[in-house]
Amino acid sequence: MSTPALSTHGLEKSFGSLVVASDVNLAIPLGARYALIGPNGAGKTTLINLMTGMLRPDAGKIRLGETDITAFSPGDRVKRGLVRTFQINQLFPHLNALEAVTLAVCERRGVAGKFWRPLPAYAEAVDEAYAILGSLMLAPDCYRLTRELAYGQQRLLEIALALATRPKVLLLDEPAAGVPREESAELFTAIAGLSQDMTILFIEHDMDLVFRFASRIIVMVGGSVLVEGTPQEIAADARVREVYLGGEAP
Amino acid sequence: MALGPVFGVLFDGCAYGMLLFLLSVGLSVTLGMMNFVNLAHCAFAMLGGYVTVTLTMAYGWPFLATLPAAFLAAAVASVALERTLYRRLYRAGELDQVLLTIGLAFMSVGAAAYFFGTVQQPVQTPSYLRGSFSVLGVSIGAYRLFLVGVGLAVTLLLVLALEYTRFGAQVRAAVDNQRMARGLGINVDSAFAATFALGSGLAGLGGALAIEIVGLDPGFAFHFLVYVLIVVSVGGLGSIAGSFAAAMVIGISDIAGKYYVPQIGSFLIYLVMVVILMWRPAGLFGRR
Amino acid sequence: MAAASGAATTPGLYLQAQTRWHPIEFAFWAATLAPFLLFPNHLALASQIAITGLFALSLDLILGYAGIVSLGHAAFFGLGAYTAGIITKYGWGEPLVGLLVGPAVAGLAGYATSFIIARFRHLTLIMITLGLGFLLHEAANSAEWLTGGSDGLQGMRIGPLLGLFRFDLYGYTAYAYSLVVLFVVFLAARRLINSPFGLSLRGIRENALRMPAIGAPSRSHIRKIYTISAVIAGMAGALLAQTTSTVSLGVLEFQRSAEILIILVLGGAGRLYGGLVGAIVFMVARDQFSGIAPQYWYFWIGALLVTVVMLLPNGILGGLAQLYARWQGKSS
Repeated sequence: MSTPALSTHGLEKSFGSLVVASDVNLAIPLGARYALIGPNGAGKTTLINLMTGMLRPDAGKIRLGETDITAFSPGDRVKRGLVRTFQINQLFPHLNALEAVTLAVCERRGVAGKFWRPLPAYAEAVDEAYAILGSLMLAPDCYRLTRELAYGQQRLLEIALALATRPKVLLLDEPAAGVPREESAELFTAIAGLSQDMTILFIEHDMDLVFRFASRIIVMVGGSVLVEGTPQEIAADARVREVYLGGEAP
Repeated sequence: MALGPVFGVLFDGCAYGMLLFLLSVGLSVTLGMMNFVNLAHCAFAMLGGYVTVTLTMAYGWPFLATLPAAFLAAAVASVALERTLYRRLYRAGELDQVLLTIGLAFMSVGAAAYFFGTVQQPVQTPSYLRGSFSVLGVSIGAYRLFLVGVGLAVTLLLVLALEYTRFGAQVRAAVDNQRMARGLGINVDSAFAATFALGSGLAGLGGALAIEIVGLDPGFAFHFLVYVLIVVSVGGLGSIAGSFAAAMVIGISDIAGKYYVPQIGSFLIYLVMVVILMWRPAGLFGRR
Repeated sequence: MAAASGAATTPGLYLQAQTRWHPIEFAFWAATLAPFLLFPNHLALASQIAITGLFALSLDLILGYAGIVSLGHAAFFGLGAYTAGIITKYGWGEPLVGLLVGPAVAGLAGYATSFIIARFRHLTLIMITLGLGFLLHEAANSAEWLTGGSDGLQGMRIGPLLGLFRFDLYGYTAYAYSLVVLFVVFLAARRLINSPFGLSLRGIRENALRMPAIGAPSRSHIRKIYTISAVIAGMAGALLAQTTSTVSLGVLEFQRSAEILIILVLGGAGRLYGGLVGAIVFMVARDQFSGIAPQYWYFWIGALLVTVVMLLPNGILGGLAQLYARWQGKSS
C-alpha cells in the first residue's frame, strides 16, 4: 500500500457550536482524480481551507506524502506542491494574463525578489508562463488585462496561476462555477489535459464534470464524509440520492 | 482625612476621558459597521463647538440650551455629507475614503478660520458650572463634574438603546456581520446613516463641551482627530464598551503624564497606541 | 497597456516594449532643463519641486506599486533632513556625505519599522503609520539638545558641493544638484518597477490574498520596498536640508505626510511620473497663491482633494491616460 499523495486523519473544526468538519479521514493516491461533492454548507471549501493552511484544525492531522504538514504555513505548503484554486476568482485585475502567470513562475523560481534586471531578461520564466497559458488556450489573449477577460477565461487563468507553481497535489474549488455553457468546453479540455503525475481533488456541483473526470467520488454532508466510492457506486447509492433530493445523480 | 493629589489627577483624567468618549464613540461604531474611515469626524465636533460659541456670543443663548443645538447641527451636517459624498465611497478602498474625509476636514479648517479667525474662542458657561469645591481634600471642578455627569448619562442612554430598542438590535447585527444582516432583511444603509448622524451629533456635543476644557480654534479638527483615532484603535471598532474603556485609559494617562512627567508630552500616548495595536490589531475589544 | 490582442509579437518582445522609453519621457526630462534658461529667477522653487518630486516618488513605490497606505512617510523625510543637517555641525560639510548618511539613517529606521508594517493591513496599518509618525515628531520636539526643538536646527554649516560649487542665492547649484539626484534615483526606480520585483509588488497591490497562494513571500517583499522607499525619502529630506540650510520640525509633521500623499494622488499613483507631475502642479500653484493666508490655502487644498477623489480618482496622469485611450479608440 503506497503512501497517499494527500491524506487527512481525524480532522476536526468548529466555529463555536457550528461543526464544519467532523472526523474527516481521506486518502488520495498519487495521480488520482478525486471529486468532492455535497450540498451547500457541507464543509467542502472549509476542508480545502484546512488542507491549505488557511484554517487551523481543532484536532487531526494532514499529511502530504510522508510529511506531516499540519503546522505548516500556507506558503510552505505551496512550496511543497500543495496548491489550490479559488471558487471565487482571486486574480490580479490590472495585470495582464501573461504578467500574472509570469509572476507566479518567478515566485516559484525564487527570482521575484530581484530588482536590477528587467523582466524580459528572465526569458525562461516568461516562456514557461506563455507555455502554460498556451496549454489552457489563453495564449491569444494573454496581453489583455485580467479584468477584461471573459469569465470562463478568468477561471482558466485561475488554474494557470496554480499550474505555474508546479503543484504535486492540486485542489480545484468549483472550477466550473459560473462558467456559461459555451465556455465550459475549453475548461473541460484543460482539465482533461492536466498531467497524469498530478494528483487532483476537485469540488464540483457540475455532475457532468464529476462523472467525466473523477475516478472516485467523496460525498460530504454537514462536515463529515457520508460515503466514498466509484461514480457508479455513488450514482446508485440511496443515501446520496436522498441528500440531493432526487436531483443531480443520473 | 484628605486624599492625595493623585485623586485629583484621576478625577481630571476621568473628566477628560468622558470628553474623549463623547468625541470617539460615534466614529468607533460607524467604523465597526461599515468600515468607512471618516477622518472628518472631528470637524463635526468643531462645528458643534462653533455653533455653541455663535449662539452664546451673538444670540445670547444660555449655555445649556446650545448643547442640543450643537448636537443637531453636527447631525444634520453629517446627513447632508453622507447623502451627497460619503455614500458613493462605501465600496471604495481606504485610501479614497481617507483622502475624501481629510479633504473635507481641511475645508472645514479653512472655513472656520475664514469665519471666526484663528483665535481661541471664548465661551460663557453659567455661573453654577464655574468654580470648584473640595471633597475629602480633593479639588473637584464643577464643570468637570458636569462633564462626567453628561458622559455617564450619554453612555447609559447608548447602552440602553443598543440593548433594548429595535434600532439598537439592527446596529448590533450590522456591526457583527454586515452581509448576514442584509440577508436578514435589515436595511443596513439606513441604519448606518442614522448611526452616523447620531455619532456625529455626539461629536458635536463633545465639541461644544470641550471648549471650556481645551479651547476651540480651527486646529481642533486635526488636533483631536489624533486622540480620537487612538481611542478608537485601542478600544476596538464597533464597541461602545471599548471606546469607553480606551477613552478612560487615554484620558487618565494623558493627564497623569502631563502632570507627573511634563517633558514627555504626548509621546506616551502614541507609544501606547502603537504597542496595543501590534498586540491586538483589532483593538482591545474589537472583533476582527 | 492594452496592446491589440493577437498582434504579431512574442511575449518577450511584448514585455520589452513595455519597458522601453516613450518619447514623452524624453520630452519631460528635457523640459526639466528649461528653468535654467527660461526661469532663472525661480531656480530655488525649481529645486524645491525636484525635492518634493523625489519624496513623492518614494511614496509612490510603496503606495502606488505595493498598495501600502502610509500617513507617516514624513518620518523618513525628516530623519534624512535632520541627519544631514546635524552632521554639518560637526564638520561634515560636504553635501555628498550628507546625501549618504541621511538616507542611511532613514533606511535603517525604515528597515526596523518594516517588520511592523509588513504584518498589518487596512485601517490598522494606517493607524500604525500615523502613530509612528507622531512618535517621531514628539521625540524630535523633546530632543531639543539635538534638533533645536521648535526653534529648528541651529548652526548648520553646509559646504560647497564637491568642494567646488557653493549653494548660491540664485539656486543654480541647488537645482542642478537636486535634479541630478532626482534623475539618477528615477532611473533606478524605473529599473526596479520593470523588474520581477516590481511585478511582485503590483501583485501585492492587486491581490494580497492570492500572493501566498502562489508561494510569494509577501512580507519579505514589503520589507524590501519599504526600506528602499525610506532611503529615497531620506535622500529628499537631506537635499532639503542642504539646499535651504534649515531644518525645522515641519519636516516631521503630519501635514507633511498628508501633503505628499495629496501630491502623489493628484498626479496619479502607480505611474512613476505621478509624483513628479503632482509636485510640479502643486508647488507652482502654491507659489502663485502664496499671498493667500494659510487658512484659505487649507480650504482650497481640501476642495482640490475632494474633487480629485470624486472626479479624478487616478489623478492627472490617470485622466490623461483615459483621454489618450479614448482618442486612440476613436482614431482606429
